[in-house]
Amino acid sequence: MAILTIEDKTYICQADETVLDALLRENVNIPYACKKGTCHSCIVQSPSTLPPEAAQAGLKNTQKKQRYFLACQCHPEQDMAIKLPDQSEFYTDGTVVANKMLNRNTLLLIIAFKDAFEFNAGQFVNLQRPDGLTRSYSIANTPQESNTLEFHIRRLPGGKFSEWLHDELKVGDIISVSEARGHCFYLPERSGQGLLLIGTGTGLAPLAGILTDALAQGHSGPIYLFHGSREVEDLYRIDEMRQLTQQHQNFHYIPCISGKHVPEGFNRGRVNDVALALLTDLKGWRVFLCGHPDMVNQMKIQTFLKGAASTDIYADAFLATPV
Amino acid sequence: MTDNNITEEATMSTSLYERIGGEAAVNAAVELFYRKVLNDYRINRFFGKSDMDKQIAKQKAFFTMAFGGPNNYTGQDMRNAHEHLVKMGLDDSHFDAVMEHLGATLVELNVPADLIAEAAAIAESTRKDVLGK
Repeated sequence: MAILTIEDKTYICQADETVLDALLRENVNIPYACKKGTCHSCIVQSPSTLPPEAAQAGLKNTQKKQRYFLACQCHPEQDMAIKLPDQSEFYTDGTVVANKMLNRNTLLLIIAFKDAFEFNAGQFVNLQRPDGLTRSYSIANTPQESNTLEFHIRRLPGGKFSEWLHDELKVGDIISVSEARGHCFYLPERSGQGLLLIGTGTGLAPLAGILTDALAQGHSGPIYLFHGSREVEDLYRIDEMRQLTQQHQNFHYIPCISGKHVPEGFNRGRVNDVALALLTDLKGWRVFLCGHPDMVNQMKIQTFLKGAASTDIYADAFLATPV
Repeated sequence: MTDNNITEEATMSTSLYERIGGEAAVNAAVELFYRKVLNDYRINRFFGKSDMDKQIAKQKAFFTMAFGGPNNYTGQDMRNAHEHLVKMGLDDSHFDAVMEHLGATLVELNVPADLIAEAAAIAESTRKDVLGK
């Protein structure tokens, strides 16, 4: 028998029951379908206790690390505090310590916190304006760098939130930030594996975090970063990336321009086409995709068809910032 | 262990789903099967290209069912889920193509022929509902 806690309520899980059985018996509203660990409908999180191994079978490794588990496969080994997927988020106030332009339309925003902010490079948070308007943005730095979060914010014409960040938010202002979420991040395992990072526009943000993290953790396999946009003026961090290729032999940076004018040193074409032409066999590779939803959806399939296992293809559920 | 327990375990281990290898077998089969389907010009338009993760979840449910594993599908569910595809022209030839890939996938995974036949029979039993006949 174990005690299950959800927010401020407790439930008893009897010896022969799974967590799902117990919650359904108690009329807790939890999604489920197959009850056999296949459909993943009943995925929940246990932030403070390690779930039983059997309850994490079949999940992505990044989900396992965040202690997600399948309620239908979980016979608790101890009392558990459980977070349901739709449970309300916890926000922390941060202070803007830097805002400057990375290129003609992309803002670098750095927010500092009093205490360490828990996240994995590549995850995203929700930023909230005082009036409650909320948008998701990917984190561009790694947790090793002091108590700050870095964001790359593209100005969207008519985008209420991005215009506010660009035009009104000043150094010293306070902004609310949610807990970090998402499964698109690097785990230091299979360090000889090839890593393929493909991003368009500010899709570079999470990829830059993942790249820094992988290099810092001594990833030894080849790492390819393809960053694309229509015009060269919309790329950024070009010199930094080129410098990194000097420092790390296994890192390859391929900036791509899909528009007409392609300066020397840049590849002509869309990132997806350039990447697939260069890397023809992705069997055993780990893939990270961020940016334009069409590119991401198409590349999930293309990299899968080129041999990457579906569990090795990471892209965040949120893809574009809504206006 | 009592006799009762032995009988119970014996019964459980005879389910096709368990004999084929359970969830691990489903995962391996889906990787192979979905690649085959996406590469097949005859049918790939019926396997929506918008959200691969959702498609893979659907394929997992399909294989779990074909292996006689736990599923909550009724004939009516099958009809409802495929109704829009029937409107797009889904017919017996497409169903046959899927059956072909199902068989080839299981052969590739070295599943014994008698188990493949069992799985194929279960999948075949959904034909009328899937095609809305």
